[in-house]
Amino acid sequence: MNATDVSAIVIALVQVVLFVLLAPVLIGVIRQVRARIEGRAGAGIWQPWRDLRKLLAKNPVRGIDSSWMLRVGPVALVVSSLILCVLLPLVGTIGFTLVPSDLFVIVSIMLIGVVALALVGLDGGTAFGGMGSSRHMTVAALVEPTLLLSVYAFSIPAGTSTLSAIVETRMLSPELIISPVSVLALVALSIAIMAETARLPIDNPGTHLEVTMLHEAMTLEASGRDLAWLEVGSWLKLAVLLGLVSNLIVPWGVVTDFSVLGLLIGVVTITVKVLLLGVLLSVGEIFLAKARLFQVPELLAGSFALAFLAVTASYLVA
Amino acid sequence: MTGIGAGLLLHTETGTGLLMQTGIGVGLILQLGLGALAVVTALLAAPSVRSRAGGILSTLIAVTGFVTGLAAMLGSTGGLVIPIALPMDPLVLAPDRLGGLFMLIVSGVGILVSLYSMSSTRGPDASRTAWVAMPVFLVGMQLVPAATDSVSFLLAWEVMTLGSTVLLLADHASRASVASAGIWYSAMSQLSFFFILAGFAVLAAASGGTSFINLQAIEPGSAAANVAFVLFLLGFGGKAELVPLHVWVPRVLPEAPSHVSAAMSGAMVKIGVYGGLLVCVRLLPDGPAWWGIAIMLVGGASALYGILQASVSSDLKVLLAYSTTENMGLVFLGLGASMLLRGYDATAAADAALVAALLLAVSHAAFKSTLFLGAGAIIHATGERNLDRLGGLGSRMPVTAAAFGIASLGAAAIPVTSGFVAEWMLLQSLIHGGRQDGAVVSVAASVAMPLAVAVIALTAGLALLTFVKAYGIAFLARPRSPEAADSREVPYLMRISLILGALAVLALGLLPGPIAALVATTVSRDPASAVQAVGLGGVSLPGIGAVLDPIMLVVLSALVAIPVLVAIIISARRYPHRTVDLPWGGGGSRARPRMQYTATSYAEPLMRVFDDVLKPSRDVQVTHVAESRYLVERVRVEQTVSDVIEIRLYRPVLNLFQRYGVVVRHVANGSIHRYLSYSFVALLIVLIVVSL
Repeated sequence: MNATDVSAIVIALVQVVLFVLLAPVLIGVIRQVRARIEGRAGAGIWQPWRDLRKLLAKNPVRGIDSSWMLRVGPVALVVSSLILCVLLPLVGTIGFTLVPSDLFVIVSIMLIGVVALALVGLDGGTAFGGMGSSRHMTVAALVEPTLLLSVYAFSIPAGTSTLSAIVETRMLSPELIISPVSVLALVALSIAIMAETARLPIDNPGTHLEVTMLHEAMTLEASGRDLAWLEVGSWLKLAVLLGLVSNLIVPWGVVTDFSVLGLLIGVVTITVKVLLLGVLLSVGEIFLAKARLFQVPELLAGSFALAFLAVTASYLVA
Repeated sequence: MTGIGAGLLLHTETGTGLLMQTGIGVGLILQLGLGALAVVTALLAAPSVRSRAGGILSTLIAVTGFVTGLAAMLGSTGGLVIPIALPMDPLVLAPDRLGGLFMLIVSGVGILVSLYSMSSTRGPDASRTAWVAMPVFLVGMQLVPAATDSVSFLLAWEVMTLGSTVLLLADHASRASVASAGIWYSAMSQLSFFFILAGFAVLAAASGGTSFINLQAIEPGSAAANVAFVLFLLGFGGKAELVPLHVWVPRVLPEAPSHVSAAMSGAMVKIGVYGGLLVCVRLLPDGPAWWGIAIMLVGGASALYGILQASVSSDLKVLLAYSTTENMGLVFLGLGASMLLRGYDATAAADAALVAALLLAVSHAAFKSTLFLGAGAIIHATGERNLDRLGGLGSRMPVTAAAFGIASLGAAAIPVTSGFVAEWMLLQSLIHGGRQDGAVVSVAASVAMPLAVAVIALTAGLALLTFVKAYGIAFLARPRSPEAADSREVPYLMRISLILGALAVLALGLLPGPIAALVATTVSRDPASAVQAVGLGGVSLPGIGAVLDPIMLVVLSALVAIPVLVAIIISARRYPHRTVDLPWGGGGSRARPRMQYTATSYAEPLMRVFDDVLKPSRDVQVTHVAESRYLVERVRVEQTVSDVIEIRLYRPVLNLFQRYGVVVRHVANGSIHRYLSYSFVALLIVLIVVSL
């Protein structure tokens, strides 16, 4: 085991611990900001942590007809999100040589979580679960092209699809960040991430209204620790994707050469970046209404057009 | 050694007997001999032992083919020479490395199918005719990739088609749809055969020989090569289920007995792919750019159209059949991309795309045959293939559920299965293909590559939905019909075959490095620079600079899962779960199984999104309560999705033939006088023409 591998392991460990701690706080901040803007007192930024503690200390209630999927699915979702924490360039760009933070691998790992959640939704055998699962998979299927093409656009200047290399390239040549191609791709990627993490305007995270539900409908039959894992998995996914976007916009502070001081700076900067982006997201969501379910494909088609434009432009213009 | 085998042996010894001495030749002879033995056994055996005996012999045929194919792929040469009296090149069966790979694929599927069919066949599926056709089909499929001249290629091709047609028709007496499927299949197979025959004829006329070595001499850019390319694309595309020649697929694969569908979709379709590779890589390599673009277009259209139809289908076997079209579309997309990129000298990306196409073919053979066998197991247990009437099979048929689940993950290209690695490699080659050393290779490539990535991404997303639907609706939740509620696990031989298939899917996904490196030797001029094995079975593309090690990924997942599992164990000790009838009653506390989402409702949002492409016809009938119009007694919804291409492209032609047939009936009304006068007129015309 050489020095790179050791530093990769340290960084991965730091990323996992940091994001597991950070993700519930991020959700707390997002909810608190929203509450304050809406004129409510809010539950405070630690409420998600308290929710988790409560859920883990409850006896889960499971239906007779539910299968092992209700037990395994939530764990699969958490593990897939944890692997994202390990692989993505969040605190540092030093990755494992054999499993680099390759774009397609990252997306596929994210899809494991998507599939696990959809199957948990179906497992309960209720109408709501099936409805949520069906809508969730439809959105996931339509988001996929945008997701891949937007990161494809980022990959062209770097000459590789490894996300850590892309972040490093943007750090070395900052003019890439404000190039039109990059802005187009970033907008497309943001829409795709909003859809992947079930935020407004694709899904309303704060509602249990039948006509608007996507994500919540799938978790209705889960309780106790099953529900806790589903929540943690989704929160982690949101946190790491926000971390990725923030590192693509503001790559500075990320550790490229391993040192303890650098690691500290990396941890602080990514925390600040993710929380700031969370606040921005929350403020932005105040001004958005949820799009009608059958308008979502139009939104996604629009974002796909942006991403496609970004790719072809970076081939032909740059 | 039976008659046919001994006869061949004799011929070979009198002819160019040298080739015969190698292991490959012995393997091929053994296959033919076992095939003849299996035919005789099927004819003579009593019905009680027929399936057992036929299955064992078919397994032996497949195992022989597997060993022979493996030897050929590893570089052994040799084969069979069959001299013929006709004035053309002798028939030579001598698989090269690529042929060996496809023999391996076909016979690997053959092993699964033969094991399975031993206990799955009953009634008309186990008839004498069906068991005669089975070895013929298997041997035919294994000989096509072994052929090294066009005549033996076409002969083996027809043997394969004949065997599969007879197998398909096994159950024609009891179900009318089988007969109709048989007609479609025969017509489309013969159309394919006609195109391939014409293609070879054009090449043979231009080169003056029938052996592949002679055909290779033709310049790829010449007019003859262009004509032959189009003919071959139509012919092999038809066999490989590409749009718009796929119309037989959704009729034939669902109607055939499940083990036959598995063999057709897992193996026979690969022969179409082999044909494509034979033309584009072996016979006419380095063709003009439009060849690559044409194949990419056909492949991309097939991938999208196939998966769209699959995603809205509620019939499990129709779903799998359309998904085959999708997968073959992706294979051809990879092939086309590699041809296009090679034209621009982006060799590393071109090699990677070609290897990815082959890996897709290999992994498709594994997961799709497992899926079809799993569908067969479901039919065996419930008699249903309509997903809307299934559900809850996971707890009743655990082995089938596990195998079907793993194969579904493969079909949805989820790590760490075979489908994922293949798609990953294809995407890598595409995103690195547009540029070489920082410069754009061409405008065509810089539009084609992003489009191809988008097509693959949408296909992958829809495949995900399709297989979540297939697995989730069939195996999870509560049974939607009494048949599903009473289902039992299938007999052990069927389970073994399912487990083997699922293990193959996992093994191909966990050890992509060595497998890809081996596959690369069959097509690449410089395999080591295209693909290398790294780490614990990982794969590396040196020319592109991409690495993936699935086993490391599994290790990482296991490591991060440990704390989660510890937390679960602690929590489960302290707070054990409670089981209740219907815990939260989402959607009403009196929820009945019929209120669950079905496969049809699952795909409804997608159907709305792609309304313009799929054009479903919907019929809603509302019966009101007699006392009040505002109360509804029952609602009946009927929805059918028909194949747009079939209606728009094939129906007009068929109608034309129908009308022609009606007209011709007047001309040929059965009167012997009229026929005699026709002959007389014909004779007169011939005499006049001759005398001119």
